[in-house]
Amino acid sequence: MSAADWMIVNVDKCFHCGACVGSCPENAIYLAEVVLEFNDKCNRCGRCLHLCPVGAITMEAKK
Amino acid sequence: MKTDYDIIVVGAGPAGSVTACHAARKGARVLMIEKRQEIGASLRCAEGISREGLAKSKIVVDRTWVSAEISGAKLVSPCGNSLRLNERNAGNEVGLVLNRHLFDKALAADAARAGTEIKLKTSATGLIKEGGVVKGVVGTSYGEPFKATAKCVVGADGYESQVGRWGGLDTTLKASDITTCFQYRMTNLKVEPNFCEFLLGSVAPGGYAWIFPKGGDTANVGLGVLGSRLKKKGEVKAYLDKFIKNDERLKHGQPLEALAAAVSVSPPVEKSVAEGLLLVGDAARVIDPITGGGIANSCIQGVFAGQVLGECAEAGDFSDAALQRYEKLWRDELENKLWRNWMVKEKLITLSDKTLDDIVNVLSESDLKSMSVYSLLAALKEKLPDLVKEFEQFI
Repeated sequence: MSAADWMIVNVDKCFHCGACVGSCPENAIYLAEVVLEFNDKCNRCGRCLHLCPVGAITMEAKK
Repeated sequence: MKTDYDIIVVGAGPAGSVTACHAARKGARVLMIEKRQEIGASLRCAEGISREGLAKSKIVVDRTWVSAEISGAKLVSPCGNSLRLNERNAGNEVGLVLNRHLFDKALAADAARAGTEIKLKTSATGLIKEGGVVKGVVGTSYGEPFKATAKCVVGADGYESQVGRWGGLDTTLKASDITTCFQYRMTNLKVEPNFCEFLLGSVAPGGYAWIFPKGGDTANVGLGVLGSRLKKKGEVKAYLDKFIKNDERLKHGQPLEALAAAVSVSPPVEKSVAEGLLLVGDAARVIDPITGGGIANSCIQGVFAGQVLGECAEAGDFSDAALQRYEKLWRDELENKLWRNWMVKEKLITLSDKTLDDIVNVLSESDLKSMSVYSLLAALKEKLPDLVKEFEQFI
């Protein structure tokens, strides 16, 4: 499992504003122009979900 | 194709373009890359700036990028008490509402005329390093692999601030130093066309709501909520929709543009320079922690960065000692004020709606000389000394 599997971005909600990117304590998110990419530095802290202005990010529970 | 430069600037916002412009004017070979396909879009800004901020960053006002000239400001307390500051006592702190789509392009055009090469749709995805020293960037350009080398890389990549963290500079923020925002550019409003309005209190917990006129019956209507005050997912937009619905002047308005964004409301970063790397603008967390305004400070830093980098190119010396001159110049100009405003913000976010009502009352009875944070604090120090005692040394 990698972060790309558990971090889910609703592309219909996302404004590609970068709020999650600059707020991530691990620098685990990259905004490729309009696409959010999560890398394996992600430790599921949930800050990006919390700070996203439009609620576009969800996280799947650890299996 | 040319792949070696003196300076590569990552990000073509105001900080990047001003840096590039001043460095190129001194003869530096500058490349500025921008990941979007258009400079100045998409918008992530409420677009207000003071005339003083523009003057300090040596930018001459051009009406083509001005949406509205502002003659005063209005501060509204939670119960609706308001403090009006008109041109007479607002001085040079009052300013303009920009058209950032055009302003950013105008600054990039200045950089281009000074000799900067600009590449759009070109992203940095990492830094080239040799022995701990930054030597260039790798990424993609129009979808193809991209690589370029330079004696110094400038991270002007905004709130996202990736370049700094790749280069080992800590730009991490606490949740209480992040404000997340939502804004509509709205039309069909009944608002004053020359007044900027700031609404305090639980309408926007830990932040404020704003109405910045954009000409005629159009305005930027938005708000920011402090990260540590958010309870539910996607709450910021809900706060804004509620604010608009409850305001008689706004409720018949319709949106022309919607945007989301985050701003840092933090103390200044510990270091903005590493070997072969420096940060400017939002990437260097230089946004004013009270107002959330960042354009002026970004441009001021950009002037210093461009001057220092230009001198480095002239002297052929991009050593750490040479780059440190930038760190000193911007700190001398901005650091005390940023610290003071961060401390004021830390106090402001603890205040109840009742206290905010009292503050606006006190201020409206004072003979304010200007609308600067300094003069507002000085007036409060006289009437409500307990409120300001924690940062008295800055007043």
